[in-house]
Amino acid sequence: MTWQKVCPLDDIPMFGARVVDHGGDAIAVFRADGDTVFALRDACPHKGGPLSQGIVSGSGENARVTCPLHGWNIGLASGEACAPDEGCSHKFATRIESGEVWLDV
Amino acid sequence: MIKQKLVMVGNGMAGVKTVEEILKYAPDAFEITVFGAEPHGNYNRILLSPVLAGEMTLSDIMLNDLAWYADNGITLHAGRKVVQVDRVRRIVRADDGTEAAYDRLLLATGSNPFILPVPGKDLPGVIAYRDIADTEVMIAAAASHRHAVVIGGGLLGLEAANGLILRGMDVTVVHLGDWIMERQLDRPAAELLQASLEAKGMKFCLGAQTAELLAVEAMAELGAIGVATSAGQSQRSVRVGSDTDARVAAVRLVDGRVLPADLVVMSAGIRPNTALAEAARLHCDRGIVVTDTMQTVTDPRIYAVGECVSHRGVAYGLVAPLFEQAKVCANHLAGFGIGRYQGSVTSTKLKVTGVDVFSAGDFMGGDGCDEIVLHDRAGGIYKKLVLRDDKLAGAVMVGDTADGAWYFQLVREGKDVSQLRDHLMFGQSFAQSHLGDAGHQGQSQAALLPDTAEVCGCNGVCKGTIVSAIKEKGLFSLDEVRKHTKASSSCGSCTGLVEQILASTVGGAYQATDKHAKPVCGCTDHTHGEVRAAVRELKLLSIPAVMRALDWKTPTGCATCRPALNYYLISTWPHEAEDDPQSRFINERAHANIQKDGTYSVVPRMWGGLTNPTELRAIADAAEKYKVPTVKVTGGQRIDLLGVKKDDLPAIWADLGRAGMVSGHAYGKSLRTVKTCVGAEHCRFGTQLAMDMGVKLEKMLFGMWSPHKVKLAVSGCPRNCAESGIKDVGISGVDSGYEIYVAGNGGIKTEVAQFLAKVSTDDEVKEMSGAFLQLYREEAFYLERTCHYVERVGLEHVKRQVVADPARRRDLYERLLFALKDAPDPWAEHQAESLAKQFKTIPIKAVLEENRHDLAESVSA
Ligand code: SRM
Ligand SMILES: Cc1cc2nc3c(=O)[nH]c(=O)nc-3n(C[C@H](O)[C@H](O)[C@H](O)COP(=O)(O)OP(=O)(O)OC[C@H]3O[C@@H](n4cnc5c(N)ncnc54)[C@H](O)[C@@H]3O)c2cc1C
Ligand code: SF4
Ligand code: FES
Repeated sequence: MTWQKVCPLDDIPMFGARVVDHGGDAIAVFRADGDTVFALRDACPHKGGPLSQGIVSGSGENARVTCPLHGWNIGLASGEACAPDEGCSHKFATRIESGEVWLDV
Repeated sequence: MIKQKLVMVGNGMAGVKTVEEILKYAPDAFEITVFGAEPHGNYNRILLSPVLAGEMTLSDIMLNDLAWYADNGITLHAGRKVVQVDRVRRIVRADDGTEAAYDRLLLATGSNPFILPVPGKDLPGVIAYRDIADTEVMIAAAASHRHAVVIGGGLLGLEAANGLILRGMDVTVVHLGDWIMERQLDRPAAELLQASLEAKGMKFCLGAQTAELLAVEAMAELGAIGVATSAGQSQRSVRVGSDTDARVAAVRLVDGRVLPADLVVMSAGIRPNTALAEAARLHCDRGIVVTDTMQTVTDPRIYAVGECVSHRGVAYGLVAPLFEQAKVCANHLAGFGIGRYQGSVTSTKLKVTGVDVFSAGDFMGGDGCDEIVLHDRAGGIYKKLVLRDDKLAGAVMVGDTADGAWYFQLVREGKDVSQLRDHLMFGQSFAQSHLGDAGHQGQSQAALLPDTAEVCGCNGVCKGTIVSAIKEKGLFSLDEVRKHTKASSSCGSCTGLVEQILASTVGGAYQATDKHAKPVCGCTDHTHGEVRAAVRELKLLSIPAVMRALDWKTPTGCATCRPALNYYLISTWPHEAEDDPQSRFINERAHANIQKDGTYSVVPRMWGGLTNPTELRAIADAAEKYKVPTVKVTGGQRIDLLGVKKDDLPAIWADLGRAGMVSGHAYGKSLRTVKTCVGAEHCRFGTQLAMDMGVKLEKMLFGMWSPHKVKLAVSGCPRNCAESGIKDVGISGVDSGYEIYVAGNGGIKTEVAQFLAKVSTDDEVKEMSGAFLQLYREEAFYLERTCHYVERVGLEHVKRQVVADPARRRDLYERLLFALKDAPDPWAEHQAESLAKQFKTIPIKAVLEENRHDLAESVSA
């Protein structure tokens, strides 16, 4: 695994996401309250919906994204679907350094 | 923060409910002191009847025991009656001298039983039926005495009589009226009820007035203890003062009859307990007079709730309306200042096991009413439904009350029942199955289900579990049942059934919530209506401001509440409130419709369904240039480019924009299309220029956000080739002008649009349709389409505002035009570099194995 620079934090809208293309794989990088940044494989555990396009809410451990296709909620910190749904999206580590977002891919 | 002091007088059901609500809304706002004349915590007064009947015990009916007060930091003075309120110094004083100062005072003193002013009323053995003490006296009397007379054949009197019979007494009910429960039942219903009570051993003296209550020595003189003397015989009675402890022995009626009675229960009505308030010079008129915010009209620091209150001239004597008052009162005490109490429709259920009685609303009928009656004397069933103006105004039922909750709901919601009318009498399941609408909602007969029947399939909850939770935990509302049992908390399809179980278990105390009275989502306790009102009244301009003002439970809301809040803000304060793109569903945020594979569809607007070679050429060019896999003509008379990559969106919009095309908003809770037919422009039958009118309307409404999507159509004649009959607003040309129809829907459940008005000019079409849509924008809840909105508020309401009142119509229309002024073209806006950037994917190279080490080092450096 390696750390890669993605973009300045300000390029990700608050409560929004950007899509990162990593050699053909789409990774969604989310920004939640309190300038916390999370990254998940951009595919919903339900039917592969693009999570990057969902509504982001909450912060820290409780941050989640609501999938735009059928409304599953996915925890951003864990990648796990919220009960009663079950499933998991692969998560990637992130960090912010001097206003830049980094991703461990 | 220094806490305000809240003092409550009266530790009963309405008052404590208010305190519970305050603790929910603003747990730290008050230091609370409670005075209660009874030496107990708060108990469920309505369950005194099952206690008397031996079906429950006192400990079963405690709602808030003493520990509850301690746990919540409330000072309780139990067994102390407040005797004075000093409004100048803001202090209350109790009979033992205890004082408490207040910033806010809440009076919840309930009511007093009405004691007939007859000789002998103070004798031992003569009681009212109001509290635990009375119940205990009755239970004791039943153990050692034989004869009881209950004065008053109302709800309480009959429940008391029933309990005493079950405890082995010989009971006669003396009632002034010609039939029992005349305030809740009509004569045939009462007669049926009387017959079934007589079968249980209850005796009745109807049309009978009590003259006096006789004590033992008086009876001795009559020489007739225990035997009723024949009517007409003139008897001399001795009046017994309260200085002797001789017990009551008989009741003498005005017609001379004498009934033996070792126990007399006075149950001849209640009077709001206003003594304390009157002494404090608060305005009282058959109750402490309060406003819609539950404040006394005399002193805004003083609130009042419960049976002691007179609201709009009505004093309520049932728990459900009192709890509604409590909620509103708590909301204002907690400083939110939304919610208004507007009065309640009540329903009655008699709690005598084995005898089913239900009544609600105006059950007597009369002028201007229709009645549907089913009377099966032999079967012991009587049902009467009263209809007025196509609405259910009231219902009364004896023998079979399974559909009571459903009828009550129809009465409260004031729904048009003309479609159901033929089937109404046969109950909910039958009526709805005939409308093809049975769903999962309303299996009635909840009362008949066995305890083992599974009610909630998602969480595996049986009826028995629900019923015992309701009884043991004192639950009154659907939400409470959900929290405690999990029933109906997942998919919600069993909600109707759970509500019925609740209604049949707690009777009149059931707090029915109609679906619009539910909170927006789990992030708040506020309903859509309350949030709307707050946005308007407090002039809130951003989502964080709403969340702060209404104490949202989550810091940033969720995907359910944020889009609703965003809509309420921008529709209430156009050009002022902040429009938050991140609180919109992706389609509205990206101005294109997301597809199952994550690509988008692009639908350029074709005004009124019209296009031209330049536009078609631009569409063809764009489809080729961006390799659009599917080009389709939509059901909304325009062309859909499906399968566009998100990264390409800004560029394809720019190309289409150069040909003069703008967004079709095919994705939004917004204006969609105005479909037109060829109209008088070409058609041999056309009476009006449908295409022209359609284009005018679509241009006028461009960029209109709405609670749900809005579709219009204009047809040139009543053949309606543009399908005006199933649109939110459908216009049909006729020779002399236009007919305007509203609230149609061609989607999930087809609804035929209803006639709103006939007008003659194009400008009138614009004003009338515009005013209707603005009313919808201002009053509908988020995600409520016009057909559902009009069903909720009634077409008459809409007509009053939009058709009958020209000034109001113009106001609405002008507000719409103001909101739509300078509506931006979202596609053009997103050409700007800063916005367009969000659509771009950020590439990062997949790192080769040998480079990894270097990279990691450079990062940590
Ligand atoms: C494209 C189109 C089908 C077509 O190829 O013809 C279409 C496509 C969709 N319709 Fe529709 N509807 C289309 C005309 C209709 C019509 C016919 C009409 O407008 O005359 C109806 C019935 C009329 C009505 O709405 O009253 C219709 C009733 C619905 C409904 C049910 C609405 C209801 O209140 O019951 C939905 C679901 C919803 O909105 O919640 C829906 C939802 C959808 C969505 C937006 C579902 C979604 O959220 O992804 C589809 C988007 C596909 C896409 O990505 O573009 N669509 N949809 C039509 C676009 C018309 C346009 O030019 O804007
Ligand atoms: C036997 C019975 C059966 C009923 N059945 C039903 C039913 O089936 N359905 C239904 O909806 N309703 C029913 N009711 C009515 C229902 O119980 C009342 O409407 C409800 O309890 C009224 O609530 P409240 O808070 O206004 O008054 P209460 O519950 O009466 O509380 C008022 C309290 O204030 C105290 N108080 C008064 N003055 C003072 C003072 N100066 N200082 C201190 N304390 C004071 C009183 O002692 C009392 O405890 C029934 C009532 C009874 C008695
Ligand atoms: S009917 Fe409408 S919502 Fe259903 S598949 Fe077709 S386009 Fe999609
Ligand atoms: S694909 Fe995400 S909810 Fe269905």
